[in-house]
Amino acid sequence: MSIKVVERKILEKNDIVAQSNRKAFEEKNIFAINMLSSPGSGKTSLIERMIEFLRNKIRIAVIEGDLQTKLDAERIEKYGVPVTQIITNGACHLDAILVKEAFLKLCDYDFDILIIENVGNLVCPAGFDLGENIKVIILSTTEGDDKPLKYPLAFLKSSALVINKIDLLPYINSSIEVIKNNALSINPRLKIFETSCTENIGVENLCEWILNIKSENKVQN
Amino acid sequence: MHELSIAQEIIEISEQYLPQENTVPVKSVKLKIGKLSNVCVDSLQFCFKLLTENSSLRNAELIVQIIPVRIKCSQCNKEVELEENIICCPDCGSYDVSIINGLELYIDELELDDEMELNK
Ligand SMILES: [Zn+2]
Repeated sequence: MSIKVVERKILEKNDIVAQSNRKAFEEKNIFAINMLSSPGSGKTSLIERMIEFLRNKIRIAVIEGDLQTKLDAERIEKYGVPVTQIITNGACHLDAILVKEAFLKLCDYDFDILIIENVGNLVCPAGFDLGENIKVIILSTTEGDDKPLKYPLAFLKSSALVINKIDLLPYINSSIEVIKNNALSINPRLKIFETSCTENIGVENLCEWILNIKSENKVQN
Repeated sequence: MHELSIAQEIIEISEQYLPQENTVPVKSVKLKIGKLSNVCVDSLQFCFKLLTENSSLRNAELIVQIIPVRIKCSQCNKEVELEENIICCPDCGSYDVSIINGLELYIDELELDDEMELNK
């Protein structure tokens, strides 16, 4: 005997909570950004630079996802913005339920932008909707030109690509044009930014873009 | 290893379809997984086996049908199946395409083994 399951979505439980997160963000007029990358791309440094640029203009809070440690959250705390840490204890991605719990811990604060630092991994986080407004993917120049082709889903679902560590380009065998072309071949709508966190290049372009789409969102509401 | 979470969800959803006090073993769980959906089928099989060991789904086989990537080109209006993961129209070269298939992650069917009793 066979039981027809009428195409039950395997991740439906996550998707339902993601929708309720999305609604909760919308009600508080919070713009949520899910930051994806592989380990070592400089994601936390980028978030630090973003906070430096944004904090005098708009209120920010951060959810830090990490496999084991609180180190990243401690780094962000120094900037005086509300931050809460999710330790996944080995799980390779954040899911909507973890984000919901973390968001509850931030409910005493008022803020406009929520930055969610996902676990460093380009495979698993791409499959889990957290309720964010946009996904931003960070790729460092040292990771190889062909990353977009190897991890298409993450690139397909992101709105922007940040190519980080451009200060290292003279020393490595990597072409920014090839990275861009590969990324755009997966997702032609990707907005691309080139940044260096050590030399503080390009971060303000990214932040201005974020402020812009946040205000566009407001008009739509 | 998000395959572990996926396997957990598969089991949870499947169990909702089984009669209470189920004594008929599940023969197979059939899935449809899009080629773009980032699931490693071998890991999924492994996790599923591990997690079902002591459940009513033990011995159930996980049968995965991979759905190829299909796009519709907005330029030339054609629908094509893609060989590679480059999301671009092979006919006119346009990137202005929408994905019709390839992102699926569904349970399609459960098959019960009517001739067997689940030995407790
Ligand atoms: Zn075409």
